[in-house]
Amino acid sequence: MRKLALSDEILLSVDKAARYIGGEINSVMKDPDKVDIRFAMAFPDVFEIGSSHLGMQILYHMFNQREDTWCERVFSPWLDLDQIMRREKIPLFALESQDPVREFDFLGITIQYEMCYTNILQLLDLSRIPLYARERTQEDPIVIGGGPCVFNPEPIAPFFDLFYIGEGETVYHQLLDLYKENKRKGGRREDFLLQAAQVPGIYVPAFYDVTYHADGTIASFGPNRPQVPEKIQKQVMMDMTEAYHMPDPVVPFIKATQDRVTLEIQRGCIRGCRFCQAGMIYRPTRERDVEALKAEARRMLKSTGHEEISLSSLSSSDYSQLEELVTYLIDEFKSQGVNISLPSLRIDAFALDVMSKVQDIRKSSLTFAPEAGSQRLRDVINKGLTEEVILKGAMDAFRGGWNRVKLYFMLGLPTETQEDMRGIAHLAEKIAEEYYTIPKEQRKGKVQINVSTSFFVPKPFTPFQWAPMFREEEFLEKAKVVKEEIRAQLNQKSIHYNWHEANVTILEGFLARGDRRCASVIEAAYKKGALYDAWSESFRPKIWREAFDETGINPDFYTLRERSLEEILPWDFIDAGVTKSFLKREWEQAKKETVTPNCREKCSGCGVKQYGGGVCYERQS
Amino acid sequence: MNVRVKFSKQGPVKFIGHLDTMRYFQKAIRRAELPIAYSGGFSPHMILSFAAPLGVGVTSQGEYFDMQLTHTVPTKHIEEALNQTMAEGFQVLSARKVEDGKASKAMSLVAAADYCVTFRQGHVIPDNWEEKILDFYGQPSIVTWKKTKRSEKEVDIKPSIYRLEVKENRIYLRLAALSGYYTKPDLVLSAFFQSQKMEFDPLCIQVERLEVYADKGTEDVHHFISLEELGEEVE
Repeated sequence: MRKLALSDEILLSVDKAARYIGGEINSVMKDPDKVDIRFAMAFPDVFEIGSSHLGMQILYHMFNQREDTWCERVFSPWLDLDQIMRREKIPLFALESQDPVREFDFLGITIQYEMCYTNILQLLDLSRIPLYARERTQEDPIVIGGGPCVFNPEPIAPFFDLFYIGEGETVYHQLLDLYKENKRKGGRREDFLLQAAQVPGIYVPAFYDVTYHADGTIASFGPNRPQVPEKIQKQVMMDMTEAYHMPDPVVPFIKATQDRVTLEIQRGCIRGCRFCQAGMIYRPTRERDVEALKAEARRMLKSTGHEEISLSSLSSSDYSQLEELVTYLIDEFKSQGVNISLPSLRIDAFALDVMSKVQDIRKSSLTFAPEAGSQRLRDVINKGLTEEVILKGAMDAFRGGWNRVKLYFMLGLPTETQEDMRGIAHLAEKIAEEYYTIPKEQRKGKVQINVSTSFFVPKPFTPFQWAPMFREEEFLEKAKVVKEEIRAQLNQKSIHYNWHEANVTILEGFLARGDRRCASVIEAAYKKGALYDAWSESFRPKIWREAFDETGINPDFYTLRERSLEEILPWDFIDAGVTKSFLKREWEQAKKETVTPNCREKCSGCGVKQYGGGVCYERQS
Repeated sequence: MNVRVKFSKQGPVKFIGHLDTMRYFQKAIRRAELPIAYSGGFSPHMILSFAAPLGVGVTSQGEYFDMQLTHTVPTKHIEEALNQTMAEGFQVLSARKVEDGKASKAMSLVAAADYCVTFRQGHVIPDNWEEKILDFYGQPSIVTWKKTKRSEKEVDIKPSIYRLEVKENRIYLRLAALSGYYTKPDLVLSAFFQSQKMEFDPLCIQVERLEVYADKGTEDVHHFISLEELGEEVE
């Protein structure tokens, strides 16, 4: 039996001890003496969240296919265990071997959202790895970051030895080979980092210097030694059929957020919504082969024993073989008690037909994400959903027996007016009125409309990367406008409204578009006890306010300014495929309320065609 | 076909709670591709029931669940198919065909269970506990406080301790496991510490469940048979 890092007494005194024991089905055990590289793959959040992440699963199995490498998993200890580990000086460990992370060659951290940044410092701190890369020695693991947040790695750059920009499948093997060779030759940490910095997609922050103008904007950004490139090119997995295999995912002992098989049907999105970072950085859209997906669904359901399968993509309805795939899944697995879940589906006749087969209509609700309340603002953000389409979809659904609708919107989008905000209430009202046009005897009770708004956060590599955000009280004022307008509607009793916290949004905005100087704020907040900021129960805005005061950094500089098109942005050194001139063009089109067609309708010349595949080359032979 | 599966739970997996253990076996049954029966309705669930919940931290050599299969499968095959897909720490010890019907369901049969209790290192325990616990058991009644869902009440637990022995530093217990007439090793040990005027820390003991029994005796004389023995092998 494996020996655990934590004593029985500790495990019996913390919540959900099974988070920390490893040994799950499809987890990988190896003999540490028979591998050259030990890789700790970490997700800076609690086990149930982290173990649901598809990207980490893919890399875990990809690394473990190498005979010379043992990749193990690490998650943030929950608050109860965090306290105990600090008090009893227990080092952070990996789940499989239960060995301390500090003994590993690499600590790889996948960074999916900004609000986990203090948890990154927790992982380093509990592992007893110096927080700052410059203070690390030969004895410390190489700390590497990846994931969507590293498209602006600057606020966390001082904490990392290197970043991997883009999709993990392409140059990791090269990186591991270089490391192994350097280790064999007895090379130093710096030798490896310098070699790594020359691998496409790898960014070593220590080899780049930044200077600032007196007004705080960036004056220059560039390499401080001749061997490293000026621009880091995003890595993209172009071969989504031959070389790509979904792994048999680890099956957690406790119920994870995604307690199901996740089938990635495509990467990227053809839509080009101007607020959406994923829609830009995962370009070009690449579909996976439907036959391969069928085989994978079979294999993964068998190897995990999960009773649910979910399709993963940014916009499932745009997958060209969707109908065939979904019909297959229903025919093949529904009778075996397998649930099929279809997120991000556009509501149309096909979707309603499928949903009525896979869900209990009485219990499920329909989801629309118009994102903005008026057609004008939807044109600004390039969200192709029209009121007509929403009302028709809702009406078809009501006739099919549904009576619950969820609507998602954003407040604080560029150019937004009071009329746009009130439009949210009006759209909800129109949907309710549609419902009541159905004769009473054909309706199923009352209609229930849930309206949710979040506050918009401009993200790097989107056409809105230059846009200003709002102050906390301004955001809350916007929510109040919506709330009051909903109250003024005829069917107000059928419409429920809730909105996202404004203080978290502002912090997210600060971290999303920050520069290297912001690292000191993250460190200060962490040292004052900030942790699990993504969890409303543990987010403490007061600590962050103190951290800003202490470091003298003004968040308004990062959030409230409209940035000039000439300004050097902290993430400009990354080539994310979409060009800056495309983003500028889109920013101008947004201001002119002009819609840009999606990738299948017409190429908008965003720049990702250079990757040589995907939707850019569909039906163009 | 109704099948009773006996399994053990050892090592780190003892930290997996009862509900998660059930989920674990539901997934294992699917991986083993056994022809499990489902209930009707829009969201069908497996026809599967566990005999007696096991606390977090307790190991076991005798856990049980009953499941319904759509057709007869050799019991040997069930054992093998499940064991091929077990995580370390779980092992299927046997699969037996049992009679259909509510009265034969594992959960309703449970009457008693055997436990082995050891003291963990580094905790304060009574000196000479081997002798003292036998004296404690020799009392005509053992009155202690028992917590229920709603209240705490004084009860005599002596009648629900069918056996207490000490062998090689271990305490062996056979305890009643009927509803309303139910004792756990913690409660026995806590009463013992109380009798020694000592504070009882539940973390000081490691408990292992050894077996779960049905009672085929009369009102006056118990006749305990393990749940496994009530079933039969099928080829």
